[in-house]
Amino acid sequence: MKIKRGRETVVFQIIAMVVLAVCALISVLPFLIIISGSLSNNELISREGYSILPKQLTPQAYTTILRIPESLLTAYRVTIVNTLVGSLTGLICMSMAGYVLSRKNFRHRNIISFLIYFTTIFGGGLVPWYIMISNTLHLKDSLLAICLPLIMSPFMIILMRTFISNNVPDSLVESCRIDGAGEFSIYLHIVLPLIPSGLATIGLFLGLMYWNDWYMSSMFISTPAKFELQFYLYNMLSGFEAFKQMNTASVTESVSIPSETVKLAMAVFVTGPIILLYPFVQRFFISGITIGAVKG
Amino acid sequence: MKTNNRRRRLADRHYLVYYLMLLPTIVFFVVFNYIPMTGIYYAFTKFSFTGGLFGSQFVGLDNFKYLFKSGILFRITRNTILYNIAFILIGNFAQIVLAVLISRVMGKLFKRITQSMLLLPYFVSFVILRVLVYNLFNYEIGLVNSTFASMGIAPYDFYNKTALWPFIIIFFYLWKSVGYGSVIYLASITGIDPELYESASIDGAGVFKQILYITLPLLKATFITLFLFSLGSILKGQFELFYQLVGSNGNLFTVTDIIDTFVFRSLTTDFDIGRSSAAGVYQSVFGFILIMTVNTIIKRKNPEYALF
Repeated sequence: MKIKRGRETVVFQIIAMVVLAVCALISVLPFLIIISGSLSNNELISREGYSILPKQLTPQAYTTILRIPESLLTAYRVTIVNTLVGSLTGLICMSMAGYVLSRKNFRHRNIISFLIYFTTIFGGGLVPWYIMISNTLHLKDSLLAICLPLIMSPFMIILMRTFISNNVPDSLVESCRIDGAGEFSIYLHIVLPLIPSGLATIGLFLGLMYWNDWYMSSMFISTPAKFELQFYLYNMLSGFEAFKQMNTASVTESVSIPSETVKLAMAVFVTGPIILLYPFVQRFFISGITIGAVKG
Repeated sequence: MKTNNRRRRLADRHYLVYYLMLLPTIVFFVVFNYIPMTGIYYAFTKFSFTGGLFGSQFVGLDNFKYLFKSGILFRITRNTILYNIAFILIGNFAQIVLAVLISRVMGKLFKRITQSMLLLPYFVSFVILRVLVYNLFNYEIGLVNSTFASMGIAPYDFYNKTALWPFIIIFFYLWKSVGYGSVIYLASITGIDPELYESASIDGAGVFKQILYITLPLLKATFITLFLFSLGSILKGQFELFYQLVGSNGNLFTVTDIIDTFVFRSLTTDFDIGRSSAAGVYQSVFGFILIMTVNTIIKRKNPEYALF
């Protein structure tokens, strides 16, 4: 009996390890394929096609991008500024909303929470939203158009409210109120310091969304200098136009562009920062996903 | 009486501060969600940018009629629903299997590393999928065809053949989302009382029986919640996934066009505001009815699972 169970455990462990290892490898394989392609020799690629291992290891794609980095740096700047400004504004607005909506003495909290939630089940669709931003607010080709419409989401407001309800005891807020503290100063001095992990989690969700956004640029931006990083990469894949333009801008040195591998190298530049930060921020996302799934 | 008045005045002041703190949120949802709801009217017009909301010609149900008669509505609805059913069923199955395996596998480091690797695709943008698909399936230089060539197999023209795309799309959906979902299931597994396993083990139940009779039944609640949630949004497609994988490749539309890609394309490339709105309104209204129906049924049968 005991031996049989021991064997069953071993069999299970082997199956589990193999399945998990295979799935984990499939998860990262695409990244390895992209990196390997970006390090290949462009002429060989154009002739023979990509392979899993790099063909004739060479950094030529990276050196080409770094030789004329202006447009890449511009796209980086747009994305970084957008990410910082958007995440910070969103965090301030949503933490205030989350605090108010978690207060039990605020009688309208249920109806307002429902009105926020309602937007996830019914809406006017893409077209009226687009016309609101481009024609009514006149934000076409403005950096505000790629920032403002994303600062808040119902999911994140509910997540924020849950974080505050879980971490700020009602009795504490009540006793501050008796001591004569105003609601805003309770929020600022008592509530915010109690929810650092909540702020970090939601801030990171916001940051990730802004960093990975290409959609807003594709909708509202027509000036290449205002493209977000992801949309810059997107364009490069579609037509290679942006890169040709930036190359003609610096015609003094005639360089032959490794047109295939440079696309993959650009993907590495665009995704690199996320992969580098990933090990440090992963746990915040895991806690956010867990709490959001239970309460959301 | 006097204290009552004072208390009320204090409460009024609280409400003023509360509403000031809510102001950005209220403005945001009014501007980006509630006012645009009036734009449903566009779906009944032949929209012109110069005319604006009320200057455009009213055409009644013409836009809807066109979508219906041309067969577009049927095609995009069918694709959206079938893909979502596949995503929900296969996705949840894979997430549950992985979560159970992660929770039971030995070796802390192995556990942590595999979980990190599985979650990584969730963090990259969908544009990376476009890079990847280009890298893999390009006719001349794609990894797949160059591997075929080295094995003496004729190249496969992915972008002109529809047969494989449902599998490609489902595969990349799983690639992107399985890690995220398994985190949710793993959290429910961690919440299971370890004594249940201990007593089962004393009674002679092995790992497989413990999973079958303890873990899986206890995951039922999580599964039903997630299932109902996705059932309610079955008409909402994974726009970014489809758009980045397929783009505007008309050859593949019979199997890859969903409501969201159609709405986007009609707006941004065909500039057909009326038809685009009509498809959007159809999705929104039909989806709303669906959610309300699902929710009412659940409320009657099993109120604890109700969505709201």
